[in-house]
Amino acid sequence: MGTLELKQSLTGHRGRVWNVCWHPLGSCVASCGEDKTIRIWAPKGSQWVIKTILTEGHTRTIREIAWSPCGNYIASVSFDATIAIWDKKSGQFECTATLEGHENEVKSVSWSASGQLLASCSRDKSVWVWEVNDDEYECAAVINAHSQDVKKVRWHPTSDILASASYDNTIKIFKEDTADSDWICVATLSSHTSTVWSLTFNKTGDRIASCSDDKTVKIWQEYKPENNAGIQTPDNEPVWKCVCTLSGFHTRTIYDIDWCKNTGLIATACGDDIIRIFKEDDDSDPNQPTFNLVYSTENAHSQDVNSVQWSPTEVGYLASASDDGQVKLWFYSD
Amino acid sequence: MNNYFVYSGDKNNAEQLENVNPTLYKKLDERKVTADDENEDVVDEFDSREVFDIVRNINDPEHPLTLEELKVVEEDLIEVDNKNNAVLVKFTPTIPHCSMATLIGLSIRVQLLRALPARFKVTVEITPGTHASELAINKQLADKERVAAALENNHLLEVINQCIRVEL
Repeated sequence: MGTLELKQSLTGHRGRVWNVCWHPLGSCVASCGEDKTIRIWAPKGSQWVIKTILTEGHTRTIREIAWSPCGNYIASVSFDATIAIWDKKSGQFECTATLEGHENEVKSVSWSASGQLLASCSRDKSVWVWEVNDDEYECAAVINAHSQDVKKVRWHPTSDILASASYDNTIKIFKEDTADSDWICVATLSSHTSTVWSLTFNKTGDRIASCSDDKTVKIWQEYKPENNAGIQTPDNEPVWKCVCTLSGFHTRTIYDIDWCKNTGLIATACGDDIIRIFKEDDDSDPNQPTFNLVYSTENAHSQDVNSVQWSPTEVGYLASASDDGQVKLWFYSD
Repeated sequence: MNNYFVYSGDKNNAEQLENVNPTLYKKLDERKVTADDENEDVVDEFDSREVFDIVRNINDPEHPLTLEELKVVEEDLIEVDNKNNAVLVKFTPTIPHCSMATLIGLSIRVQLLRALPARFKVTVEITPGTHASELAINKQLADKERVAAALENNHLLEVINQCIRVEL
């Protein structure tokens, strides 16, 4: 068992905090929520303090924010059906673009590794891919593959491959069909028995961990054509198989999951107020991996935990956000 | 169930009533105040009767009747687990195709969110076997993101507030 030490509680949001996101250099975190603000927190001396509050970008709840890979942009999505792009060319963050098109609440946003593509998803069941060119954002695709509310979009860590999670209980994988530059669904991952709230790729992008209202975490392995495991790949497309289900650990809906690119640890945010950390066994079989719960905090927050994210640079640092209005910074050590 | 949480009824229009002649049930007597209730040294834990008292007077969206009078809510179908901060309320639509079931469930949820301490995890579900779409409705009511988005809809909030408002 490791230990998870609370470094600091960041207070200031009014009402539920939906999401927290580290700057790609780990130098600050942004958070957002019910109060329609984005708050950027940064260290000053030994304490983290509020650095900037971004307001008036959205008229309703801000559900999620994402830093661009270069760290110069923030994308935010809101129940007001828009995506806002904030940049700090002028020295301060300003909302310089508002992307419209979704019919209702936008739930999630993600930048591709290159920063050239942006993805968003909505309660309108669609996933949109936007091309980014010199501060111009052009819709490259509207993908209507899900049959229900889409909760999360996440890009592959290195390739232009997109994954989405939905209220229809599935995860879908999309990529651009080079023949006609159309975005198509290349895989549907079915196994969860209720809403899939979030998903996260591992460092190399050949695995996905997903979390659900069914109180389980699932690990999916990608099998490319001509794989050594002998998994058939019809249509010459990679196949994703559920190779592990973590059940019996969570007592309520799991709202978020993050796979640390530095340590390989998986953190989950749960409706039972607990943050849990899982680690793969050293002698785990890649085709039938085993994961162990290495830490579980009773009352990490006083209400549901909505978001967890590992620092991309500071090994062991974890940020969380909760219905209790707080953002917390933690340090995990073995 | 695409238009979840979208209310399209008119409670003043008798022609649109789904259940024209609902069965009326007798109301419970007021809660008896015991000596312990007034003793500040006795920890007064939430119980199913207290939660029932919070939701019993919610108005039906169609009729000038309370959820108690229509037996949509009953004390016996409420579970309170103080130790684990959990409240489970099962409600029974008056007819198995009731299109108001989601709105009623949402009203119960909102009333409990407002009245109970934030530590409580509130679950509102349809009594098993009493509605044709119970799984779909339960899933919507359990999805806090969709509940939060619904409560930012001013029209819907107005309808819910009318249901929750206690007639004086």
